[in-house]
Amino acid sequence: MNSEQKPEAGDRPVVSNRTMEIVVAGLLLLLGLTFGIASYNLGAGWSEDGPQSGYFPFYINLMIVIASAVTLMQAIRSKTPRPREAFVSTGQLRQIMAVLIPAAVYVLGVQLFGIYLASAVYITVFMVWLGKYSWGKSLALGVTISVAVYFMFEIWFKVSLHKGSWFDPLSLFGL
Amino acid sequence: MEEINALFHGFSVALSPFNLMLMFIGVILGVIIGVLPGLGGANGIAILLPLTFTMPPTSAIIMLSCIYWGALFGGAITSILFNIPGEPWSVATTFDGYPMAQQGRAGEALTAAFTSSFIGAFVAVVMITFLAPLIAKLALKFGSPEFFSVYFLTFCSFIGMGKGSPWKTLAAMMLGFALACVGMDNMTGQQRLNFGSMELVRGFDFLIAVIGLFGIGEILISMEEGLAFSGSSARIDPKIVIETWKKLPKYWMTSMRSCLVGCWMGITPGGATPASFMSYGIAKRMSPNGAKFGTGQIEGVIAPETAAHAAGTSALLPMLSLGIPGSPTAAVLLGGLLIWGLQPGPLLFVEKKDFVWGLIASMYLGNIAGLIIVLTCVPLFAAILRIPFSIIAPVIIVICAIGAYTVHNAIFEVWLMLAFGVVGYVFKKLDYPMAPMVLALVLGKGAEDSFRNAIKGSQGDFSVFFANGLVGSIMTLGLVMLLWPLVNKLRGK
Repeated sequence: MNSEQKPEAGDRPVVSNRTMEIVVAGLLLLLGLTFGIASYNLGAGWSEDGPQSGYFPFYINLMIVIASAVTLMQAIRSKTPRPREAFVSTGQLRQIMAVLIPAAVYVLGVQLFGIYLASAVYITVFMVWLGKYSWGKSLALGVTISVAVYFMFEIWFKVSLHKGSWFDPLSLFGL
Repeated sequence: MEEINALFHGFSVALSPFNLMLMFIGVILGVIIGVLPGLGGANGIAILLPLTFTMPPTSAIIMLSCIYWGALFGGAITSILFNIPGEPWSVATTFDGYPMAQQGRAGEALTAAFTSSFIGAFVAVVMITFLAPLIAKLALKFGSPEFFSVYFLTFCSFIGMGKGSPWKTLAAMMLGFALACVGMDNMTGQQRLNFGSMELVRGFDFLIAVIGLFGIGEILISMEEGLAFSGSSARIDPKIVIETWKKLPKYWMTSMRSCLVGCWMGITPGGATPASFMSYGIAKRMSPNGAKFGTGQIEGVIAPETAAHAAGTSALLPMLSLGIPGSPTAAVLLGGLLIWGLQPGPLLFVEKKDFVWGLIASMYLGNIAGLIIVLTCVPLFAAILRIPFSIIAPVIIVICAIGAYTVHNAIFEVWLMLAFGVVGYVFKKLDYPMAPMVLALVLGKGAEDSFRNAIKGSQGDFSVFFANGLVGSIMTLGLVMLLWPLVNKLRGK
């Protein structure tokens, strides 16, 4: 694999497993509470035609609250060494962000310019930036895949994909 | 023998040239999916669902189930050649498969893996052929309490069989249920838990969750590990196949045991992954060569592969006969059936005989097709793995985005997929199990409906869940499963 994917020197932990356990359990607890209260307000009791809309979700969220409260307690009280280990290190986080941020930009691109242009650009840039391929090679592959997807979905299987809310590049080709 | 007749009718449905072609395409796509990181049985099928919309339902489900067989086969290739399990259920295959490949016995390991996969799946399909109609017949008499009890058992099994913290399993599962509640309430037509958002009235579609959790999440994990694909190359020539086949009958006991473990774990929703580990463990304990396991024993490949395939296949039994899938992939297939207006469950066996038996027949044929393809095309599939990750990763994300978009033709769902990807990454690292979450998201509405109908019928009296022997014993079994971790803990002290 490429050199930039090896853990780099000065690789420090960003956040420990224990902290992450606490954060996730806390978030779940919060979600359970929010949903639980919303279900209660919706009516978690009994009407003449059976249980109300909020009945089932109320108890489901009650269980989320209980389960995540126990997990939270366990995470806070845990003293074993594993929780002290890094959940993610700086090097790993950089790797992940190198995928996640372009992916988010890509989805925004899909929203604005449609799936075909965004995909071609995304594959090309990703290959040049992370894979250190030449522009020519990358562009060729990006465009090929986009065109292949176009034929596969729009023409053979008659499934229409997103065309872009700002500007539809396909209109340039009269498609 | 009513089933045999029905099955032969099924063969006549499945054996049309068009369906045979789809079978081969399905298996090839499946193996590719199984080999690529970030694409697996569940999200691979989820993404390919829209491609089958224009096909007749029987052909479509034949292709989708063949993708599934292909993915099951594909996992073994990466485990043995690259020591990278392409699928969670092939982790146990790496223990002995990779050492065999390093000793230059890759061909032998692959042949053993493929053949035992085939045997496992075959035994499971035979079981489905005879058991599914019986269960469906029994289930025709089911009322809401009985159906709820089956749901209850399904979800309690996850807690009882899970390896990690039961509280985390419970939290993940209930999160699935909670997300399933968002949107329109089926019974009253009321909007709920959407917090005023119009996008959320549609609810959370589990296909989006599957694509995000398993697809994007997996890519993030692989990215973090900075995968280095350095594997042995393999070519399988007919001589090795024949030689390996000559050795295999010696291990018939291992195969039989693994089939049993696999079938059992597949029907009760333990799934293929625990089945493969369990079977490996049992084989290690029972075999005279037990101590040498992990150094390249052929039995160590046979056991997990047989069990994983038997489990993966028999997970379709509850899906077909009860409408309650035993694994996320079976759940995606169920989602596909619903799209074509086919409600899986006992009635399917009465109303859509052609379809059900066509599908069961295609399981036999698809597995044979799968075995032929994987035995002949290994070098091709291994080559796919050598494509650098910086090309694979963006292409898989593009494919996932397309898959997510086609679910409801909404760009919002693509954002949702990305969010589920982050959740999947975090959950995987913290050992929150994703299978029960996805299944809860799929089955949430059904479980809720049967629960509400049951207590509506009994005027809020919970004793309805213990009203007769059948529902009572299923509920009790569920409770035992639920309390199993507690029992284990007490015993351990």
